[in-house]
Amino acid sequence: MKYIDEYRDPDRARRILKKIKDSVTRPWSIMEICGGQTHSIIRNGIDQLLPDAIRLVHGPGCPVCVTPLETLDRALSIAERPEVVLASFGDMLRVPGSGKDLLTARSEGADVRVVYSPLEALAIARDNPHKEVVFLAIGFETTAPGNAMAVKQAAKEGLNNFSELVSQFMVPPAMKTILSSEQKTVEGFLAAGHVCTITGYEEYESIAEKYHVPIVPTGFEPVDILSGILRVIEMLESGRLGVFNEYSRVVSREGNEVARKTVNEVFEVADRQWRGIGVIPQSGIRLRGEFSSFDAEKKYDVAHIQPDESPLCRSGEVLQGIINPGECGAFGKECTPLDPLGAPMVSAEGTCAAYYKYHKRA
Amino acid sequence: MDLHCPSPLLRHETIQMAHGAGGELSRELTREIFLPYLGNSMLNVLDDQAKISLDSGEIAFTTDTFVVAPVFFPGGDIGDLAVNGTVNDLAVGGAIPLYLSAGFVLEEGYPLSDLRRIVTSMAEAAGKTGVQVVTGDTKVVEKGQCDGIFINTSGIGVIREGVDISCGNLRSGDSIIVSGTLGDHGMAVMTAREGLSFQSEITSDTASLSGLISAILDEVPQIHAMRDPTRGGLAATLNELASASGAGIVINEASLPIRSDVQGACELLGIDPLTVANEGKVVVAVPQDSAEIVLQIMQQDSEVSGSHASIIGNVVNDHPGMVIIRTPLGSRRILEMPLGEQLPRIC
Repeated sequence: MKYIDEYRDPDRARRILKKIKDSVTRPWSIMEICGGQTHSIIRNGIDQLLPDAIRLVHGPGCPVCVTPLETLDRALSIAERPEVVLASFGDMLRVPGSGKDLLTARSEGADVRVVYSPLEALAIARDNPHKEVVFLAIGFETTAPGNAMAVKQAAKEGLNNFSELVSQFMVPPAMKTILSSEQKTVEGFLAAGHVCTITGYEEYESIAEKYHVPIVPTGFEPVDILSGILRVIEMLESGRLGVFNEYSRVVSREGNEVARKTVNEVFEVADRQWRGIGVIPQSGIRLRGEFSSFDAEKKYDVAHIQPDESPLCRSGEVLQGIINPGECGAFGKECTPLDPLGAPMVSAEGTCAAYYKYHKRA
Repeated sequence: MDLHCPSPLLRHETIQMAHGAGGELSRELTREIFLPYLGNSMLNVLDDQAKISLDSGEIAFTTDTFVVAPVFFPGGDIGDLAVNGTVNDLAVGGAIPLYLSAGFVLEEGYPLSDLRRIVTSMAEAAGKTGVQVVTGDTKVVEKGQCDGIFINTSGIGVIREGVDISCGNLRSGDSIIVSGTLGDHGMAVMTAREGLSFQSEITSDTASLSGLISAILDEVPQIHAMRDPTRGGLAATLNELASASGAGIVINEASLPIRSDVQGACELLGIDPLTVANEGKVVVAVPQDSAEIVLQIMQQDSEVSGSHASIIGNVVNDHPGMVIIRTPLGSRRILEMPLGEQLPRIC
């Protein structure tokens, strides 16, 4: 497959790996932001191949993982209403709320459906005018345009039986939080390639300058990830910090302006609760006032649902790169993919699940 | 009364509750739909049971229920799937499949034309692999109580002499061979589903493995273990083999045969092709010195196996009960037992 095979080429990967080994002279900690990158790193065993001096820290970029418990409990409460069809990406169905998950709710009679796009949820609303269709709109800058488009389209068609339960996050505020924390764990970033296709990387230039870190937009295949790591190491070793785009086949400095415009029409910046991390100011988006009739949180009056997390789960520290999953006492014991305590053990992109699945089982 | 009605069934184009009530319409359904395609001397008697004479020896007996949605998918339908699935469960135990039962659960209102099409495809699949449907049953449930049609088939076969095939028989040094590309069936059904707005030319691999397995056992009766990697795909099958035998398995990722369109569809949907179902593939564990012969037999079988058959790994003493994949980069990872059903109702 073009654009895939050449980035999985083992010979090319080995050549870059050798350059990394030749370049590194002292220990460095690098965070890959995106859960998709974490998954690829663990799946391809890239962490096993790197020199010991390089420590990979797994970032908070898994939307399923950072979606707060209250969003899940609110979704469960909405899904249990008889008139509601709750549409969601498949990953969210197994994430435990405080009592149960959406799959259990479905087995108890709730109409919960897996969709691959918010526009599919919109089609369900169109085809079922007597049902209320609620889409669980989670994700980062990558899913925001689609979720905005669905609301815009619903407004245009007058589909008043469609709404979104929004839990949308933005990457740069989380990076700033990690860089400002006292436990300084990260010296360089692989920025999330797909997020950058929408946002571009102009915004990262000021972060790189202010915090004095290299930031490298990076793709998801082994050659992409190794190239990103090599670039970060070269920048760290030479002291020439800044932003360098290693995913130029899809990412430009400006990003996708049309997508961003659509997002801005429908959503506005707001504070957001990140699961395991807490509230990060101005780190998310919510529906603008003129689209409030499509806001499921308001429509079903669920904002008061505020549950507590399991005290055993240390996913917040995992998501900030403070500990690796194996350092959590519950990992592989009280917490497994079949019976997860926290979201990083559920999602395919979750750090704990990737560790458990591929090689770091307790 | 309409005296011009040429056939009682034409009064109904869809399944009625009475088709399952044991009365006149049930008899008509049997006579018009089932017997013309599936009939044989044992079934035609229409007794409550089939009476079978078998030569002495060990008998294999299995059952499987088919609820696939959609019932018609690229490369097959619930009918040939129901025959091939049960035939394959017999064949991978070293049995020669002989007789099947067929039980139908039909939803009120189900189109008779669809039922006829499904029964025709069952008959073709049975004829092709040399099994007979010798007993059957039909139930009709109210509209909304099942999704169109569910089929159960059970099967009986006679185990070949001189073979001892079991998941527990894996031995260190065995080679692991698959008979062809992985994940075709699951992705064919998945891409045929409503709501997935991309098209592909992926077709199901549904097929009887009986002929291929016979050809292999004729030459290499010392096969240790065989499994058809259906639900849970290769990942589930290899983990079952490792766990049942207490042996470790090492797989070479670069040697896994996966069609590029199946790989592409899996990438888009975020699914691991190694966890996707197959319905016409077999995984064989055989002593290493016989591996090349098995591979050659598979590669010569253009019907169900062919050039994509591949030796994908071997059995080791290390990491008992665990399956490890060696990546093209030289790193290793665990191939886990799939957790749950990624694609519900694929068979």
